[in-house]
Amino acid sequence: MSKHDIHYSPRRIGAIVLRHLYLMRTSWPRVLEMVYWPTVQMILWGFITLFLKENSHYVAQAAGILLSAVLLWDVLFRSQLGIALVFMEEMWSRNLGHLFVSPLRPYEMVSALIVMSLIRTLIGIGGAALVAIPLFHYNIFDMGLPLIAFFFNLIAMGWAVGLLVSGIVLRYGLGAESVAWIAVFAIQPLCAIYYPVATLPHWLQPVAWALPASHVFEGMRELLLQGTFNTHYLINAMLLNILYLGGGIAAFLGYFRAARRRGLLLQIGE
Amino acid sequence: MSLLTNQDNVIEVSSLYKHFDQVTAINGLDFIARRGVTTALLGGNGAGKTTTIAMLLGLLLPSSGHIRILGEDMLKHRHRLLHRMNFSSPYVDLPQRLTVRQNLTVFGHLYRLPGLKQRIAKLAEDLNLSQLLDRPYGKLSAGQKTRVSLAKSLINEPEVLLLDEPTASLDPDTADAIRTHLEHYQQRTGASILLASHNMTEVERMCSDVIMLRAGKVVDTGSPEALLARYGRTSMEEVFIDIARDRAPQ
Repeated sequence: MSKHDIHYSPRRIGAIVLRHLYLMRTSWPRVLEMVYWPTVQMILWGFITLFLKENSHYVAQAAGILLSAVLLWDVLFRSQLGIALVFMEEMWSRNLGHLFVSPLRPYEMVSALIVMSLIRTLIGIGGAALVAIPLFHYNIFDMGLPLIAFFFNLIAMGWAVGLLVSGIVLRYGLGAESVAWIAVFAIQPLCAIYYPVATLPHWLQPVAWALPASHVFEGMRELLLQGTFNTHYLINAMLLNILYLGGGIAAFLGYFRAARRRGLLLQIGE
Repeated sequence: MSLLTNQDNVIEVSSLYKHFDQVTAINGLDFIARRGVTTALLGGNGAGKTTTIAMLLGLLLPSSGHIRILGEDMLKHRHRLLHRMNFSSPYVDLPQRLTVRQNLTVFGHLYRLPGLKQRIAKLAEDLNLSQLLDRPYGKLSAGQKTRVSLAKSLINEPEVLLLDEPTASLDPDTADAIRTHLEHYQQRTGASILLASHNMTEVERMCSDVIMLRAGKVVDTGSPEALLARYGRTSMEEVFIDIARDRAPQ
């Protein structure tokens, strides 16, 4: 094997990451936008929490329960968006043709999208979480190690959805880009973010339990309300995420191959 | 045509077909391109030039057929070849907000090139881009963008260079400078160039071989001199029109 036959090159992945870091550096509104929406959401739910603390037994039990839910939900949403927007940036700039006549492999592109999603999510959610400390005297980092487990399970599910969405947009063109904004909201009511899975009708509960996010949010509630970290939820979420991420990567690569069959890499548009 | 594996041939295409639903874009294409020379791929709009180039690059999968480049099966071993090839087209953009230097840096890393800074500086000097290196690509004129795209296509010193209308939208002076640069590059490296163009002056000047396409098939081949003699014409433009309108050689 020659040095050029390397199947997985960190330098090529780094090149795509660098391309998007250059873009972020030249456009501060893009960076601001990453922090803006999570912070607005957090402020809104912070005030709702202040009100409900006085009027709701449930919220009074654990004042941070709603704010934690909002911030963790945004991890999933922002990570999904982080994948899809970064990929669509290549489509908007009509750059896919150049990228894929270089030695860049599709799965290296997937890796670069994941790295960029992680960076964007850390900036966005990290910013909002830090603002919550002085504003509402709520520190999500007090959750400790379980927070890392919650974070990575939600971000992994976001990556899976983001890769699926990116594949759909590649296959069906930029006319389908609204899927990137709405896809994850279709499953939001089933993710048990603000209420337990038991609240859902019986026939919907199996669907909810098939989502890694539901296990994360149930685990988060148990931690905040009872002070116990239930590894059962964590293991379920991890196992489901292996399936989801595998499915997301397979879908992206499948759509990529379909795009090569149809000549879409040179003719990106609506 | 049987699949050739002659060492003198850098590109060997045989029985190549591409169907898009009910439309046949490439209809049994057979041709070779020789090593170290510039070959023109000519044809009217919709003849299949860009589709052929996309398949040679692996951006588009053929419905059937064979493509060998530098002795390797392109359809099976695309990634063994891509670092030895490159491509430029005015119809594929680079990121607009990135500067010329940033764009070239990203592609240099994609090709895992050593000495990238020096290589970018040399390319910029050769293509008269030094003053533009720190300007955003999107702020450049069409001619400047074409030169940047060419710089990108030469960044890895490709052995096989595929150019889709490399001098489209350029003024005669800049177009001449680009052709001169490509000729020097070829003399220096021995690279093989496949050129799709509608500019017959360019073809007469640069190309040793011509492949004429119509409706996704090769309808004639030969050197520009041989085609001029066969069709009894004095310019490649006249030959192009004869072939495009299906007029028999005189």
